[in-house]
Amino acid sequence: MSAAAVLQVAGLSTSFFTKAGVARAVQDVSFTLGRGEVLGLVGESGSGKSVTGFSLLGLVDPPGRIVAGSVRLEGQELVGLPSHALRKVRGRRIAMIFQDPMMTLHPVLSIATQMGLAIAAHERVGRAATRARCIEVLNRVGIPGAAERLDAFPHQISGGMRQRVDIAIALLHRPAVIIADEPTTALDVSVQAQILAEMRSLVAESGTSLVWISHDLAVVAALSDRIAVMYGGRIVEEGPTDVVLTGPRHPYTQGLLDSLPSRAKPGTELVQIPGGTPSLLALPEGCPFRPRCPRETEICRTMPEPTGDALRRARCHHPLVLSPAEAA
Amino acid sequence: MLGFVLQRILQAALVMLAMSALVFVGVYAIGNPIDVLISPDATQDIRDATIARYGLDRPLWEQYGGFLGRLLQGDLGRSLVFGVPVLHLILSRLPATLELAVAAVLAATLIGVPLGMYAGYRPDSPLSKTIMTVSILGFSVPTFWVGLILILFFAVELGWLPAGSRGETVEVFGVGWSFLTANGLKHLILPALNLSLFKLAMMIRLARAGTREIMLSDTVKFARAAGLSDGTILRRHVLKLISIPIVTVFGLEFGSTLAFAVVTETIFSWPGLGKLVIDSIQSLDRPVMVAYLVLIAFLFVLINLSVDLVYALLDPRLRRGQVA
Ligand SMILES: Nc1ncnc2c1ncn2[C@@H]1O[C@H](COP(=O)(O)OP(=O)(O)O)[C@@H](O)[C@H]1O
Ligand SMILES: [Mg+2]
Repeated sequence: MSAAAVLQVAGLSTSFFTKAGVARAVQDVSFTLGRGEVLGLVGESGSGKSVTGFSLLGLVDPPGRIVAGSVRLEGQELVGLPSHALRKVRGRRIAMIFQDPMMTLHPVLSIATQMGLAIAAHERVGRAATRARCIEVLNRVGIPGAAERLDAFPHQISGGMRQRVDIAIALLHRPAVIIADEPTTALDVSVQAQILAEMRSLVAESGTSLVWISHDLAVVAALSDRIAVMYGGRIVEEGPTDVVLTGPRHPYTQGLLDSLPSRAKPGTELVQIPGGTPSLLALPEGCPFRPRCPRETEICRTMPEPTGDALRRARCHHPLVLSPAEAA
Repeated sequence: MLGFVLQRILQAALVMLAMSALVFVGVYAIGNPIDVLISPDATQDIRDATIARYGLDRPLWEQYGGFLGRLLQGDLGRSLVFGVPVLHLILSRLPATLELAVAAVLAATLIGVPLGMYAGYRPDSPLSKTIMTVSILGFSVPTFWVGLILILFFAVELGWLPAGSRGETVEVFGVGWSFLTANGLKHLILPALNLSLFKLAMMIRLARAGTREIMLSDTVKFARAAGLSDGTILRRHVLKLISIPIVTVFGLEFGSTLAFAVVTETIFSWPGLGKLVIDSIQSLDRPVMVAYLVLIAFLFVLINLSVDLVYALLDPRLRRGQVA
């Protein structure tokens, strides 16, 4: 446990108790986030990334709930905190940005009102000071003419601008951690690249730690210090970005890398991982990736435990690269 | 915004013109008012004189033209039965119906919306289930029956409230209002309650459905992620979004209550428009019927116009002439 750890997640499990059965969306997720660090959380859609993000903020709606584990934010345990105490943490010390900026802003409240409410949720600030603060933050996220934009309504600005407003709202109270759940997926590629670059410099200058969620390994690779790969509700591999990219241990990570367009030899077809994302209601016994894995053997019918250390580990009976302990 | 308002006012005027023609022709085709006005054994001379006096011998379009001209000057003719100007007759009854309708719709909204929002916010709580049971009752029990039960219980059994008729009135703007006196308010409670029950049920349903849907939206989740309390979210985010359908139903209900409060007015002997129009239909008092229908059409147009303007205030996306 490093002294600079801002967020420590241990054994986090979240399930949805639906009529069709229990969906174990997040199981035994553990990771540590250092101050100013960017962690990329990557995995196919349905692998439990968003639910992980919501669980960190205590925002899991029924029929779902956190069933086990611990989330420590700057040393304070968040799991089990009463809702009024959690509310005071959200937006002030840990914030979240969502995927679709068309759906997140209130359609008939002005941007000034929405930002004002987000400030008033945690601080008593006068009208003029509120306005000044909004303009300052909107400027920081690269919104030109922030003073005029402030009085606009969401339908009057573009999707990229809306996402910048969302980012500005997340930055209002200078939180220690921001969870960004695929914030660029719904945007044009060019806007996506801009926002990615801006995000990188924003967290660098403010010292905010970032959990960047994406299904796109290329996006995550461009931004993160470390990568965690999720599959079937579990983190199957974690490590420093360059190490994971150059020497993946888990066959699923290898599959993701092989299917990156930038890695394909020109003129050849993209390699796809065979099979599809498993249903969380009917996960296979043992390793969830087993049915799609080229290295599957009998032992894979039991759940592999993570091997390695907190900085570099994987959950696989047949890793592509052995951890030092295994090699020894 | 100004262009929007002018356009709506013009539309409203056209609707009024069409309505007045429809009403005039429709009523003209029903029955023969002469039979009501004159006893069957009157002489032909008296008959002709009466027909000429009321202009009933003129062609239909001429009668309509005259009617429209007088209408624009505020002259709606004289009642065939009472012999007084129709406008006086209607204005003397309108306040009674107006205050009944306002009280009923306002009560339904002010009580129904918070109850519905709560039921949508906490759908599984016992209180929410009670609220929804009440709303089912409000929908399914007939108005006249509820009215009789209310009288039986609060007037006959407990003796708390009067069983009918309008209480003391105070003159404001030359007409009598009863909601300004304690006695008048007491008389207003039961009929207003009777009228509002169905509307209450509707407001509860509307508010609940809207709240449930909005509470699950990304907008609310994002607001929660920013640390907003559920109270703030309900008051600012949810209320603002459900207010548009609520204003619509408020307007529609207000109009239809003004026009069709007949059952309640009859049960509670409330001297309003509903009773007047029933009487005038029975006696074929044509000027009263025409004036009543034109007035109701006018009120509907006015209400719709106000609802449109409130929409524009509530939802910036509906305002025109703004640069996107
Ligand atoms: N409200 C819900 N009710 C039931 N199951 C849910 C709900 N939300 C998420 N899940 C389950 O959690 C799984 C993971 O969802 P999610 O975290 O959104 O995936 P990702 O963000 O990786 O695409 C879903 O496939 C679904 O089975
Ligand atoms: Mg997701």
